[in-house]
Amino acid sequence: MGQTLAEKIISMHTQKPVTQGELCIAKVDVTAVQDGTGPLTVSEFKKLGKKPANPSRMILFIDHACPSPRKELSNSHNVLREFAKETGAILSEGGKGVCHQRLVEDFVNPGEILVGADSHTCTSGALGAFATGMGSTDIAVASALGKTWLKVPSSFKIVINGDLREGVYAKDLMLHLIGLIGADGATYKALEFCGSTVEKMTMADRFTLSNMAVEAGAKAGIFATDEKTKEFLREHGREDKFKNIDFDDDATYERVIKIDASKVVPVVSCPHTVDNVKPASELSNVKVNQVYIGTCTNGRIEDLRVAAKILKGKKVNSDTRLIVAPASVNILKQALKEGLIDIFVESGASILPPGCGPCVGVHAGILGDGEVCLATQNRNFKGRMGNTEGFIYLSSPATAACSAISGFITDPSLKGVTK
Amino acid sequence: MNLKGKSWKFPDNISTDHIAPGRLFHLRSNLPEFAKHVLEDADPEFAKNVQKGDFVVAGSNFGLGSSREHAPQIIKLSGVGAVIAKSFARIFYRNAINIGLLLLEADTDKINSGDELEIDVRGGIIKNLTQDTTISFKPLPEVMIKLQNDGGLVEHIKKHGDFDLV
Repeated sequence: MGQTLAEKIISMHTQKPVTQGELCIAKVDVTAVQDGTGPLTVSEFKKLGKKPANPSRMILFIDHACPSPRKELSNSHNVLREFAKETGAILSEGGKGVCHQRLVEDFVNPGEILVGADSHTCTSGALGAFATGMGSTDIAVASALGKTWLKVPSSFKIVINGDLREGVYAKDLMLHLIGLIGADGATYKALEFCGSTVEKMTMADRFTLSNMAVEAGAKAGIFATDEKTKEFLREHGREDKFKNIDFDDDATYERVIKIDASKVVPVVSCPHTVDNVKPASELSNVKVNQVYIGTCTNGRIEDLRVAAKILKGKKVNSDTRLIVAPASVNILKQALKEGLIDIFVESGASILPPGCGPCVGVHAGILGDGEVCLATQNRNFKGRMGNTEGFIYLSSPATAACSAISGFITDPSLKGVTK
Repeated sequence: MNLKGKSWKFPDNISTDHIAPGRLFHLRSNLPEFAKHVLEDADPEFAKNVQKGDFVVAGSNFGLGSSREHAPQIIKLSGVGAVIAKSFARIFYRNAINIGLLLLEADTDKINSGDELEIDVRGGIIKNLTQDTTISFKPLPEVMIKLQNDGGLVEHIKKHGDFDLV
């Protein structure tokens, strides 16, 4: 019987093949925590009295609050550092980058199962892995035993065909999809992406889509592997880890959603839910106090290139602040080499170290009362950026860059600036 | 097992940012202190006034967003006996099972803030004593019953040495 991507990958980790709806125990290849969730994982792990099943594939990331803004968080960071030293687990130090970007750069491979104590763990699904977010205790147990309990999800097939218009990007596609199905439209499901648009997409675009699967409630956001996956792995020294992973033509999908990419326009998620999606062109009277370009959603070199092309030779509006944070130190190095950081600085941007930055509302870019932030991140809940009196809009890097210049939410396709 | 307490009504889409705000990230290492701020960004009066055994009653998609396990933890620490909602977000649901916070799925539209509820957990019935009405809740999944009986995921693993769920 034909298998979905989720069924196929999970079945590679169970004693016998499994189908959607089945409860199973699956072997786990990689586990991950970040500095917000990791300390609780460490304390629960210690209660089990075990060693990590596979220490070289248990990674502790310092990314949400680094460099640390207060002593409690500094102490939490030290909990992770000490645990890594004691057990041989891997520490990804503050400044190296956001966990999801680092995971795809260095740690996760096609056909693997990754469980992480962060909801955007689904990002790695773009590599043809089954990657899902869980809580700290689940990751403690998965790290100790090398396995977890899973209910095999049923899947939605998201078929995207057609060419994206000028000024329209993967982020717009994903916000459009979430607006269509709702913040709980795919709860417990795996989203499986395919179609001609997907085939042409860069890995960066695919990561953007997988990253936001959880914003529709999904358990995973998975892509089949292809030459692009192989090339990405080659660039990161892991070509030998490539596997052909694809869904079967006779697999059973709970729902098939078809999107004509050529009809999608630049869109923005409005306060205070991700599915509150409107065309950017309808929001041109929204004044923006802060623009943030970065994060696991859109902090890759490809995203920074798009933003830099728009910002080159221009200045950020005098009433607007622009913050840029590359998603990893590799991206920062590349951006420096390409002169992108110069462009951002010349335009008036502040450059933050690789990490989550303002997204989580812990430090570095908290909003003032009544302020509006347009961000390339994946979440805009009330209070998300540290102030319940703030308003967060989400967009693509192109929309964000145009808006930084004008000081208002600006549709990049109307300006012709992305050519 | 019967639970009895007062309802605190919340709307749809209460996120883990509402429950355990990011600006209080530094309190994650001090859960009893963090619990003093639970649900603050949805209802600033809740944390100071909630009584042991009260119920959080919500619309759909309760607990959406971040995987922070601290969210169900501080709800539990505040003394809440159960969360009743029309639906739950996936990661929040799984975390609650793991730490022993009772979640019940039911049509909460007609429950108002302040209603006294009595819950027959085994029988699957919620009695609204204030309005003199009854609603039923969806049966608890086997996995939840097993883990809750063992006192949570860590206790389950310590007791059985491995998963004993399938």
